[in-house]
Amino acid sequence: MAKVLVFTEVTSDNVKSVTYEILGKLAGNDVDVAAVGQVPAGAVSELAKYGAANVHSLKGDNLDKYSPEGYANALKEFIGNGGYDYVFAGSTSLAKDLFPRLSGMFDAGMASEVTNFTMDGGTFAGTRPLFAGKCLAKVEIEGPKPHFVTVRPNALGMPSSESPAAGNAADASVAAGEIRAAIKEIIKGASEKLDLTEANIIVSGGRAMKEASNFKILDELADAIGATVGASRAAVDSGYAPHSMQVGQTGKTVAPSLYIACGISGAIQHLAGMRTSKCIVAINTDPDAPIFTKADYGIVGDLFQIVPILTEELKKIM
Amino acid sequence: MNIFVCIKQVPDTETKITPNGDGTYIETSSIKWIMNPYDEFAVEQALLTKQANSGSTVTVVRVGGVKDTEALRTALAMGADDAILVESDDNLDSFMTAKALKGAIEKSGKTADVIFTGKQAIDDDCLQVPQLLAGMLNIPSVSVVVGCEEAGGAFTLKREVEGGALEVYEVKSPALIACNKGLNTPRYASLPGIMKAKRKPLAQHSLADVGVSDADRRVKYSNFQLPPEKPAGKKFEAMDEAVQASVVAEVVGLLRNEAKVI
Ligand SMILES: Cc1cc2nc3c(=O)[nH]c(=O)nc-3n(C[C@H](O)[C@H](O)[C@H](O)COP(=O)(O)OP(=O)(O)OC[C@H]3O[C@@H](n4cnc5c(N)ncnc54)[C@H](O)[C@@H]3O)c2cc1C
Ligand SMILES: Nc1ncnc2c1ncn2[C@@H]1O[C@H](COP(=O)(O)O)[C@@H](O)[C@H]1O
Repeated sequence: MAKVLVFTEVTSDNVKSVTYEILGKLAGNDVDVAAVGQVPAGAVSELAKYGAANVHSLKGDNLDKYSPEGYANALKEFIGNGGYDYVFAGSTSLAKDLFPRLSGMFDAGMASEVTNFTMDGGTFAGTRPLFAGKCLAKVEIEGPKPHFVTVRPNALGMPSSESPAAGNAADASVAAGEIRAAIKEIIKGASEKLDLTEANIIVSGGRAMKEASNFKILDELADAIGATVGASRAAVDSGYAPHSMQVGQTGKTVAPSLYIACGISGAIQHLAGMRTSKCIVAINTDPDAPIFTKADYGIVGDLFQIVPILTEELKKIM
Repeated sequence: MNIFVCIKQVPDTETKITPNGDGTYIETSSIKWIMNPYDEFAVEQALLTKQANSGSTVTVVRVGGVKDTEALRTALAMGADDAILVESDDNLDSFMTAKALKGAIEKSGKTADVIFTGKQAIDDDCLQVPQLLAGMLNIPSVSVVVGCEEAGGAFTLKREVEGGALEVYEVKSPALIACNKGLNTPRYASLPGIMKAKRKPLAQHSLADVGVSDADRRVKYSNFQLPPEKPAGKKFEAMDEAVQASVVAEVVGLLRNEAKVI
């Protein structure tokens, strides 16, 4: 049995859902959860159901906004005091930035973005995709503890059963220390939807969208099923969508339960970013488009005709 | 300013990846190597920063195999002044790589005012080296940077986060900046640039020279394998408008009842 801390981020009324996925896999270990800021009461009881013994809300000056150094200093102290063997987090934008710096402060190793893991005998062994998912490998961590791990959202799935623990809520005061790189402003993104990397359903458009304004038919489909909209590089390079929406080897790697590719040919670099999606639907006029070899359900047809019908059909059942 | 750029050489994105015989890495004999795509943005930003600050130098540093030094030559041809190669044919982990880069920068005799890296290497996809290196050098870092303005050694940086939102950072040199696509448009190497690159200095060190040994390994990889192939899916013909409604209804039914994803 290992002593584990799962670091999470507070959302409006809960914590990041990947936290629950991680807790499910850690059942049987001695697990605490910590976030910078106040963990909502509702989240504390939910975390307890899935095995959190203690839920720590970390508080201190200059921690209202993220900063790589402030968060790393604050957590370094807290983790050091807690004597943890492992520190986990979902691989969110924040954790991807923070965890390498933090692991370095402990002279310790880190496994990035695993898609599965075991804790046999209290020792971590993970699986992670490399070469943008063209290959998988086993990953183990050696050397000084604690060992750090980030987990790709949606990869593990929600725990199928509960494993209740005490769920004691506690505040801890931490110090941000010197912050040399500080956020002075946050510019909101175009979309208020879940980020591509966290989305459970993604609707993506390719070069065939022809112009930016045509993405509105994908937005309508996405709204009908609570999806986030993505794009191929050809669509991004043609100016139909911003780079933050690009899926693929030089965009985002995603693993939703449903990926709907509209007018995307299925180039190797695009497939690399979405091939681990649980279910893939492809809509393409070319029956020989490579995307069909990866699609669970392929529709050979014109997206401008099919997508609106699909939206109406889905509205009926949602 | 002393400007450093860390560049990695990675397999071309078109490459078909095959695990090697004992699953300890991939087959590398027939791979075409390129500069990590994100590192091109780092080189370009370094050159732009040099242009705006007369008397600056750009040094490119790479840890990796000696067989093919294409990526360093490309960076020199684009306009970097000199290059450092830390030789290693091993598949090093991020910790060893960062430590080697730190050692190489220190050995150059110059103190880095700014270090540019890519946000991610597209082979191991770790996103660790920049933050580790910054931590080891005890300098601030900002990652996934899509906007960079500099005046008098003070940088205003835009970092892209979830949903395309941007965090705007202010940071003074020395700092490390990990670059994302969209930051700039990397220049092509000109023919004279390519000729000149051949005569630019390229220092070579071993891992031991820069203070890295096997004891620095933190992450061990094994069992490299191809992901399981999906069984062939179902394909429906719907070019004909008359069948579109029924095809879509069928697919929606399958999504709900067979795949159970909606
Ligand atoms: C270094 C490098 C990195 C790359 N990284 C990425 C990446 O991260 N992500 C990425 O996506 N690509 C990436 N690419 C680009 C990739 O190689 C492809 O060029 C790109 O994915 C093609 O996008 P597409 O499928 O939208 O366009 P196309 O390949 O042009 O395909 C358009 C498809 O739409 C179909 N079509 C046309 N009209 C209709 C219609 N009315 N209805 C339905 N279907 C229609 C066509 O049959 C065709 O299959 C990268 C390339 C390189 C070299
Ligand atoms: N072997 C290497 N040599 C030089 N720079 C590297 C090396 N590995 C990683 N980097 C730099 O660190 C960035 C992120 O790499 P990674 O952390 O491996 O995803 C890359 O874009 C490079 O700028």
